[in-house]
Amino acid sequence: MSDTQRITVRVLVYGALIIWTFVSLFPIYWTLTTSFKTAVNVTQGHLIPWVDFIPDWRGWRSLGLSPDTIGQVSTVREEFLKRFANSVIASLGAAALAVVIGSLAAYGLSRFDYKFGWMRNKDISFFFLSQLILPPVVLAMPFLVLYKELALLDTRIGLILVYTLMVLPIVIWIMRDQFDTIPIELEQAALVDGCSVWGAFLRIVVPIALPGMVAAFILSVILCWNEYFFAALLTSTNAKTLPVMVASQTGSQGISWWSMAALSTAAIAPLVVIGVFLERYIVKGLTAGAVK
Amino acid sequence: MNTALPQTAGKMHEPLSRVADTPQAPLGRALVWGASLGLAFIALWQALYSAGVIASGFESWRPVLYAFLLWTVALGVAQVLMRGERGKHALFVLPAVAFTVAMVIFPTFFGLYLAFTNWNLSSAAGPQFNGLDNLRSLFADAYFWNALLNMVYYVLFVLVQYAIAFGLALLLNADIKARKFFRVAFLLPFMLSPVAVSWMIGKSLMEYRFGPAATLARHLGWENPAFFTTPWIARLSIVAMDAWVWIPFIMILLLAGLQAMPKEITEAAKVDGASPWQSFWQITFPLMLPVSVTAIVLKVIFQLKLADIVINVTSGGPGGATDTVSSFIFREYRDRSNVGYGTMLAEFYLVIIIIFVTLLLKFASRFMQRTT
Repeated sequence: MSDTQRITVRVLVYGALIIWTFVSLFPIYWTLTTSFKTAVNVTQGHLIPWVDFIPDWRGWRSLGLSPDTIGQVSTVREEFLKRFANSVIASLGAAALAVVIGSLAAYGLSRFDYKFGWMRNKDISFFFLSQLILPPVVLAMPFLVLYKELALLDTRIGLILVYTLMVLPIVIWIMRDQFDTIPIELEQAALVDGCSVWGAFLRIVVPIALPGMVAAFILSVILCWNEYFFAALLTSTNAKTLPVMVASQTGSQGISWWSMAALSTAAIAPLVVIGVFLERYIVKGLTAGAVK
Repeated sequence: MNTALPQTAGKMHEPLSRVADTPQAPLGRALVWGASLGLAFIALWQALYSAGVIASGFESWRPVLYAFLLWTVALGVAQVLMRGERGKHALFVLPAVAFTVAMVIFPTFFGLYLAFTNWNLSSAAGPQFNGLDNLRSLFADAYFWNALLNMVYYVLFVLVQYAIAFGLALLLNADIKARKFFRVAFLLPFMLSPVAVSWMIGKSLMEYRFGPAATLARHLGWENPAFFTTPWIARLSIVAMDAWVWIPFIMILLLAGLQAMPKEITEAAKVDGASPWQSFWQITFPLMLPVSVTAIVLKVIFQLKLADIVINVTSGGPGGATDTVSSFIFREYRDRSNVGYGTMLAEFYLVIIIIFVTLLLKFASRFMQRTT
């Protein structure tokens, strides 16, 4: 390849990379800046702060989160913080529960031969993974009715249970892949030394598989945090989560752009932080089992 | 899906004593029977109470749930008592199995019952069996079939997403600087909630009057950039938003595949004088087929659940052009409170999905066998 050719290729590669970076980041940038705009700036399509518009706290003030309103009582802020707390509890709780029971099941399926009736390991694995296919609409109505009877409607526990069900297949998939890569000799040595099966699992295997568990946990948190369908149907006043709050605001008449932008920014901010700092684990979780 | 892993390799050897019962086996059996009877008793009592046969009972079915939890614990203890070491092994999968069975099997069968009733939450009558009426109106429901046809389009667009994602994965795998930065930037859209994306892109960027995307389109010569008023443009807009969220997912899978590929092969091809184009189609692409099939199958499965963006941006409009089955059923529930009919639609859709995904997996595995 001649030098000019090589330079052309470089330019093309970096050009494509920069274009797609723009595509990926512009909506986030737009939302963040819009939360500091006033009506005029929105309608005239101003884009760059301090250059073609002066940032204003208006959007954040309507949420009660701007510097001048943060000390005052604000019902909107209270509402927002409540939804935020619900989202945090539901996603962390579901992810933790799913990682615990999912890791146990994955370990069992990776190490022992089971036989429940006609079901062997392969069938049990498939039973778990097949839950991934199940669309939420199929379970939505039965859950609504059952939760009503169980007094679980509009509770965080109810939400945690549904979300656990949603991410469990993914956790089992990731963790089984993790356990398959851990050499069995380590546990056999522990068993010879007098450890019980559970002792060997907790003391030897769990510490080794911890990065995989973290990956599964983070991926679960992301999926639960973003979940909308079940939250919209199964919660109302108490356990409503952030996505439902965002969605209900868009439906209302005469959207005020700045406050919607502020709300959206606040809803995606935790995930952007997770994405930037824990990207390694997310990639690990996504690629587990897919690449052999 | 990789359920067909060689399971026999590396298994622990079962202790020889597994065939014989342990001394505590009768105790274990008694525990199972006792717990089962207790659970059945509480459930029956509550059923009779809510049917109005007996006067006293619990306020809700919640205690039955606790009883179920206790029953699971008893079952676990009994496993250890009855089967010793093998019972301890069973304890690993027991929680997940009990959880999934309780959360999926029961609601699915309950849903089957709902599907054959005319239950509407807004009517006071409660569920009433109406035979095959729901199925009959399903076959006559043009909007449902329209939504199903849309699903075909949406699933086909997965291939476009795959092509773009492959291109991006190749870029990231090339010899570039700041790879980590680009990878994080490319991955970010996948992390964002579809509801927030609906607002960020669908309702503000693509806003008709002053959204930047509309302004750009005007500059490029499209005089009337309405993204959600004509059927095909609306559908493409939804597809674009979905692609924005999901391309990173496919890209990450493909990138992992590219990185696992031995470098020597492509280098050898280069030495032999193959052009980059040839070496991609004759070496990289065939080697990437297994990962590609996994990525496409996974994405198709997720695509079949597509709902959030459609619900929040277009509500299925214009005239049902962007409706997915899930968003259609969601509106059936929420706006018309039509529980019976909506559930029938959902169960019918589930049957279609199961058949489709089974065929897809069959086709994928046959395809892989032929090429490798």
